[in-house]
Amino acid sequence: MQALLHQIFSGLANGAIYASVALALVMIFKATHEVNFAQGELAMFSTFVASSLINAGWPYWGAFVATLAFSFVVGVVIERVVMRPLQGAPALNTVVVFIGLLVLFNGLASWIFGHTMREFPSPFPPAAWYGSSYLSPHEVGMIGVTLVVLTIVFLFFRFTRLGLAMRAAAENPHSSRLVGINVGWMLALGWGLAGALGAVAGMMAAPIVYLEPNMMSGVILYGFAAALLGGIDNPWGAPLGGFLVGVLENVAGAYLVGSHLKLALALALIIGVLLFKPSGLFGKTTVVRV
Amino acid sequence: MTDVTPATAPLLELREVDASYGATQVLRKVSFTVADGGMVALLGANGAGKTTTLRAICNTFVRTTGEIHFAGARIDRLPTERIAAAGIGHVPDGRGTFKGLTVRENLRLGAYLRRDTRETASDVEKMCAHFPILQKRMEQQAGTLSGGEQQMLAIARALMGRPRLLLLDEPSFGLAPVIVQEIFRILRQINRDERTSILLVEQNVRLALDLVDHVVLLETGRVVASGLPSVITADEAVRRAYLGA
Repeated sequence: MQALLHQIFSGLANGAIYASVALALVMIFKATHEVNFAQGELAMFSTFVASSLINAGWPYWGAFVATLAFSFVVGVVIERVVMRPLQGAPALNTVVVFIGLLVLFNGLASWIFGHTMREFPSPFPPAAWYGSSYLSPHEVGMIGVTLVVLTIVFLFFRFTRLGLAMRAAAENPHSSRLVGINVGWMLALGWGLAGALGAVAGMMAAPIVYLEPNMMSGVILYGFAAALLGGIDNPWGAPLGGFLVGVLENVAGAYLVGSHLKLALALALIIGVLLFKPSGLFGKTTVVRV
Repeated sequence: MTDVTPATAPLLELREVDASYGATQVLRKVSFTVADGGMVALLGANGAGKTTTLRAICNTFVRTTGEIHFAGARIDRLPTERIAAAGIGHVPDGRGTFKGLTVRENLRLGAYLRRDTRETASDVEKMCAHFPILQKRMEQQAGTLSGGEQQMLAIARALMGRPRLLLLDEPSFGLAPVIVQEIFRILRQINRDERTSILLVEQNVRLALDLVDHVVLLETGRVVASGLPSVITADEAVRRAYLGA
C-alpha cells in the first residue's frame, strides 16, 4: 500500500511536467489545428539556455524568468518567420516543417552545448520542509510550479482583454478580424506562450532526467498522450490528462508492464484514445443550435 | 438609370470596384456611395454580388481592384482589422458570433478596439436595453442561443465598436416576423440617435425599402439602378425584374 501510494504521488509529480507540455501542445492546436512535434526540442533548447545562464552566475529564478522570456520570443519568431508563410498549406507540409524544426533544434543543441549529460539544479533544496517520504522537495516544487503556471494561464485567458482576443482568434479568425483583432499576432503570441510553457516543463524535468539534447524525447510522447487523453481541443482537460498519464505510467510501470515498456504504454494510450475516444476524456462537446 | 448623388461628401464611396474569388469575377465596376448618416439598401437577386460587395468593403475572402474610400481615406488596401478600426462594423452573412464564448465575451470583443472601459460598460447596458434577451443570456455560450438571439447578438456586437458605418448582411434571414420588425425598429433608432450610417443587404425587399433612404440595385455584379426608394419602386420594369412585386 505504502509502495502504491509512493508510485501514485511521484506519478503526479511527473504528471506535472506532462501537464505543461500537453497545455503547450493544446495551445497551438487550438489556434492552428496543428500538433507541434518540435515542442519538446524547443523546451530542451530553452533548458540549455537556462543552464548556461545559471553557470554564468545568474540566480536560479532570474535565469528561470529570463528563459521564459527567451522561449516566448523564440516561439513568436518561429511563428512569424517559419509558420506564417505556410498558412493554408497542406497538413503534410506543416508536419514536415515541424519535423525539420525538431531536427534543427536537436542539432543546434548538440552543436552549441555538446552531447554530454549535464546536471541541472533544482531550486528546491533536498532538505526542505515540504519534502516527505512520498515526495521529494523537488517533486513537490514541480507540482507547485505547474499549478501556479496553470493558474496564471487560466486567469490570463479568462480575464484579460488579450486573453479573450486570443481565444476569439482561435475560435473564429474571420469574425475576430471584423472586430479589429490582428489574428496573425494572436497566433504568434500563442506560439510564444506555448514556448514559455514548454520551457517550464523542461526546467522542471531536467533535474530528474538530466540535461542532454534528447532529454525530452520520452517526455514529449507522454505529453502527446496526455493532450489526447484530456482532449486535444480542451485547455483544461489536457493538464488533467497530464497528471493522469503520470500516475498511469508510474503505477503500470511498477505493477503491470515493467519500466522497460513504460514508453510503449504511452503509445498504446495514444492509439487507444484515437481509436475509442478521439475527443479525449474531457473533450469539449459544444452545444450548437442552428 | 436613375442617380441621386448626395450634396455632402459621402462617408463611404466605391469607385469602379471589381471583386473576385480566385478566377471567378463577381463584381464588375461597382460604384456607389453611402452618405454620412444615410441608410442604403443593396438589393438584387441571389448571386447578384450583394454579400460580395460587403466583403469587398471589409477586404475579407475576396480580391478587389478599384478604390474604396471611407471617411476621407482610402481603405481598399488595408487589412480587415484596420478597416474595422477605421469605423466599419460588419454583421456578416451567417452572423459570425463566437459560439464557444459567452454573450458577455462576444460583446466585450465587439468593443475590442475601445479603451474607454466605463463607456464600454454603459454600452453593454444600452445593448441590453435594445435587446433585453441578451441580458438574460449574458453568461451563456453564444452557440446555445436561438437564431434570432444570435442575430441580435451579432448586431449588438457590431454596435459595441461604435461604428460610423454598419454593414448588415441579411439581418432578417430565418427569423420570425415579429423579431425582424423589432430589429428594424432598433436599426432605425440607432441611425436616428447615434447617426450611425447603414448599408443593408436584405432579401425582404419591402422591409428594406421601408427603412432606407437610398437604394442600389445590383444585377450579376453590376449596378443597374440607384436612387430613392420611391423612384426605384416606381419603375415598373425594375419592380417586376428585381423586387418581385
